[in-house]
Amino acid sequence: MATDAPPPSKADPHLPTTEEFVEVQESAEFGELRRSHRSFAFPLTIGFIAWYLLYVLLSNYAGDFMGTKLFGNINVALILGLAQFLTTFLIAWWYERHSTAKLDPKAEAIKSRMEGGA
Amino acid sequence: MSPAITQVQQVTLAANEASEHRPLIISLFAVFVVATLAITVWAGRQTKDAADFYAGGRQFSAFQNGLAVSGDYMSAASFLGIAGAIALFGYDGFLYSIGFLVAWLVALLLVAEPLRNSGRYTMGDVLAYRMRQRPVRTAAGTSTIVVSIFYLLAQMAGAGVLVSLLLGITSDAGKILIVALVGVLMIVYVSIGGMKGTTWVQMVKAVLLISGTILITFLVLLKFNFNISDLLGTAAENSGKGAAFLEPGLQYGASGTTKIDFISLGIALVLGTAGLPHILIRFYTVPNAKAARKSVNWAIGIIGGFYLMTIALGFGAAALISQEEIIASNKSGNTAAPLLALHLGGVDSAWGAILLATISAVAFATILAVVAGLTLASSSSFAHDIYANVIRKGKATEKEEVRAARLATIGIGAVSIILGSLARDLNVAGLVALAFAVAASANLPTILYSLFWKRFTTQGALWSIYGGLTVAVGLVLFSPVVSGDPTAMFPDVDFAWFPLKNPGIISIPFGFLMGIIGTYLSKEKPDTGKYAELEVRSLTGTGAH
Repeated sequence: MATDAPPPSKADPHLPTTEEFVEVQESAEFGELRRSHRSFAFPLTIGFIAWYLLYVLLSNYAGDFMGTKLFGNINVALILGLAQFLTTFLIAWWYERHSTAKLDPKAEAIKSRMEGGA
Repeated sequence: MSPAITQVQQVTLAANEASEHRPLIISLFAVFVVATLAITVWAGRQTKDAADFYAGGRQFSAFQNGLAVSGDYMSAASFLGIAGAIALFGYDGFLYSIGFLVAWLVALLLVAEPLRNSGRYTMGDVLAYRMRQRPVRTAAGTSTIVVSIFYLLAQMAGAGVLVSLLLGITSDAGKILIVALVGVLMIVYVSIGGMKGTTWVQMVKAVLLISGTILITFLVLLKFNFNISDLLGTAAENSGKGAAFLEPGLQYGASGTTKIDFISLGIALVLGTAGLPHILIRFYTVPNAKAARKSVNWAIGIIGGFYLMTIALGFGAAALISQEEIIASNKSGNTAAPLLALHLGGVDSAWGAILLATISAVAFATILAVVAGLTLASSSSFAHDIYANVIRKGKATEKEEVRAARLATIGIGAVSIILGSLARDLNVAGLVALAFAVAASANLPTILYSLFWKRFTTQGALWSIYGGLTVAVGLVLFSPVVSGDPTAMFPDVDFAWFPLKNPGIISIPFGFLMGIIGTYLSKEKPDTGKYAELEVRSLTGTGAH
């Protein structure tokens, strides 16, 4: 950043030039990294937001259904609420697994090549 | 004995208990304050350069930062507010817990890692990365400070009300004194300890809050032999509302308007978290993006566990305390959790007093830590975005920048003390929801467009930030939150024409839309070279410090 020069006191890694960045951005390897991030994160984001909104809408407009008792005093509303917790934990775990397997190695390969270059 | 008499006696008992055991509560507060001040002084000695002050030296582990993120996030609104909302409105209160948790997935999947990879100290670093620096940093600084001040004000006023109540202080002077004390402490934490000190304070607070919540949850469950169905049944019965207490609709189901309001709140909660500046700057305290991601995972686990326990807290309070007593103590139920502690220990026993004092001290720690986090976010943004990059055009030395941040801390603290004192008797609970709505309307669209949309331009960023900010704040100004409602900040006047208390359903799409319109109407070409830099950097961490 032109107006935000890093402090010279720190040992900065080699900063590639804009041309190098453009070259990497257009490379097949980076394209694949971008695709594996976006094709995972974007649909999942739309999915969990839709699932959350469905839950909000059910709470608003399907009171009878949500009030159905399943066992004891536990009703559908509470179970669906707990299901939101469960899906949140699962998505976090799934993304961690995807990142570790698919994203981190590709990202690290590109980073070390770019920073290592003279 | 009629229920009314019982209830009056209980209220008096609770109040007496609070003032009789004031020395115990004050001692626990004092222990927390002294311990955190010691941490602050220690951290201050280790704060040498700007990366130390803004980002705590970037050497915290993912777990430590996960704890600190949880500490920053679980505000008094979460702990006291949700417990109270469940105690009074049953299931509808629990909906907050869900929105506050699910929101973390936006931060995890789309924001945390790219932000850590491409920014250095503030949210503005990322927003301005490929844009014209001065206008975009000014906008980013403005929205950071607006969001943080709204949030701060809610916490400060809440602190005044809560602590006054717990200590039995009712005089105006006493309340102002408490707001001032909170303000001075947060100034000290932030200006001396910087991010390092604040991070440790957050960790201590998170451990205290989680331990206190586990203890209360355990005691509640013990009372019901770990039978949750029994707990819910007793809560429903004791609330006087029956099965409806366990179903959606008690708070928001009244009319078509309140239902829309609820959707609006839900959207703001789920999209606001990833645009809260005091949360975003936490991702800079770890060494790399992988650690930022793992700290969000830790936070999701910790925060999720905490929000699950709000079920026991809220329904426990509803089951064991009468609605009248909860409302008599605080209209919005904000003291339900401390009251629950008192009842669990036994209203007249020493054990009850100890539990009450402990939970009160935890609530106090919660408020102090959150206000410190907010103050740090706004003073960092002032110093780094506005002072160093706009006023000094990037020519300020690191020393000057950190000095500006410290001075900004004092300024923001002073403003908060004044506003918090003035607002001490206003109902400011709505301000936290507003902070989420502003964050989702003004910050999130620009963060996402900057990172993922090649075509996005400076004008798009400015229209989106200022558009989202103006509409969100404007709608609230003319909503029942501010006037024209018995629960409004100014109940005696009425200039409200917007029917909803939550502006998100209008302001968030507006913010996103303005980003698109501003971009397509701008004459400048997007800087493709800079976007290549940002995109490669954000996904790979190349060149990240």
